[in-house]
Amino acid sequence: MIGIRLEGITRRFSEKTVLQEISLAIEPGSFVTVVGPSGVGKTTLLRIIAGLDRGFEGRVAWSEARQPRIGMVFQEPRLVPWLSVIDNLLLIATPAQRAEALALLDLVELPGSADALPRQLSGGMQRRVALARALLAKPDLLLLDEPLISLDSTRAERLRARLAAFWQAERPTIILVTHDLTEAIALSSRVIALAPETGRIALDRSIPLPHPRHMTDPAEAALLGELRDLARNWPAPAHPPGDGAEEREGATGLRLLTI
Amino acid sequence: MKLAAALDVPRRRPEWLRLKLPSFIALLVLWQVAAMLIADPALFPTPLITLETGYRHLVTGELLFSLAMTLARVMVAFLLAMVIGSAIGIALGRSQPADAIFGGWLSIALNMPALVTIVLCYVWFGLTETAAIVAVTINKAPTVAAIMREGARALDRQLLEAVEVFKVSRWKVLRYVVLPQLAPSFIASARAGLALTWKIVLVVELLGRPNGIGFQIRTFFNYFDIAGILAYSLAFIAIVLAIESFIVQPLERRTGRWRTV
Repeated sequence: MIGIRLEGITRRFSEKTVLQEISLAIEPGSFVTVVGPSGVGKTTLLRIIAGLDRGFEGRVAWSEARQPRIGMVFQEPRLVPWLSVIDNLLLIATPAQRAEALALLDLVELPGSADALPRQLSGGMQRRVALARALLAKPDLLLLDEPLISLDSTRAERLRARLAAFWQAERPTIILVTHDLTEAIALSSRVIALAPETGRIALDRSIPLPHPRHMTDPAEAALLGELRDLARNWPAPAHPPGDGAEEREGATGLRLLTI
Repeated sequence: MKLAAALDVPRRRPEWLRLKLPSFIALLVLWQVAAMLIADPALFPTPLITLETGYRHLVTGELLFSLAMTLARVMVAFLLAMVIGSAIGIALGRSQPADAIFGGWLSIALNMPALVTIVLCYVWFGLTETAAIVAVTINKAPTVAAIMREGARALDRQLLEAVEVFKVSRWKVLRYVVLPQLAPSFIASARAGLALTWKIVLVVELLGRPNGIGFQIRTFFNYFDIAGILAYSLAFIAIVLAIESFIVQPLERRTGRWRTV
């Protein structure tokens, strides 16, 4: 388990400031969801934590001296096109982890696709391979950028449940970026909302409620109401293009979740 | 093929038989006609005289020795230029500061006349084998570097970021992510390289080596032996075309498969 401290993180892109003086302490083993409208800097924040964006002011510090093992699901699947699904997974692992990789493909509901090439899979299937790859890394820190966005709603709910079970069993620190406020409340131990324009934190709430969450608990409903009030002024979310094969979820739609 | 036979569709002859062979024969006929019109075998020998001259040098072993010497120089210089040029090209393509600082040097090297490099190498290092190989390598490496730089610039950044996050070993990144993307540039530079290298080697031999096709051409020039010049040149062209057909093209097909599958 690894904790993260962000100290005064500011990121500017030419004239535009997307993140401004973000200071946060993320506890080891917590599940933090970052919500906010498109372009507010959620992905940039993940990239800074992952070490992919170094053009920021401020500091990222770990709770331990060593660098964390990071597993990441990007907005795009980012699979190597000329490697099969199983070879894409083993690229980040060892050959001895083959059985584990196949089990993870089962977990993300892709049995029998190990030898397929990424282009033979739909966009949603590729995203699930990317999720399996991130889990295979045995991460201390799992960074998820809208991992379930282009999946049909029933499958997304099943995968959400498995993600929650994985978190409870392994206790990695997870940072999830999503547009889906219900998903944020259903999954995480803390929700952070970034404000448009200012690039600052608009809301930071702990959710000390047990799993599974049915969204019928008054505290959950109250937090959802608060988030929705906040989101009322957000610009409409711009989703990455799906492949059309799998249904896209509503961004803030309220569903009954059993996680 | 089987389907065509089953449907009793008349089979078309392969392209080389229908078009390439007749075109080649037409070129020979044209050569023969031109030689007959000029009617001066010393100035413009017929294909048959050229063939006879080539055969005479072949049986004495002279032609094969010259071919072997030239080919050896081409291969050594080609390999050196590919290795050095690729390393420079990838470094410039992957590092913006390096490209900003040294990109101008590459432009100068690309525009340096081959003759100048050859003469300078012979002046600085003497009329030695090393000087010859260095001169050819210096001429060829910038072209390889320029092509590889473009390939390295076009590497998929998103994939490189993904493997960076997962801390994939450098060797695995190179083998499975970088090299498959660079393969087309590598083949393109090898093709361009081979054609350029052997032409420069002939000049290097002509100016300062005691053997090889280039040296022989200078000798034939001194004796006004046009048939000899043509025979040696054609023999070498045949060798280079064979390398292109039996080594470079199959390699190209293989790397294509490697990348897409």
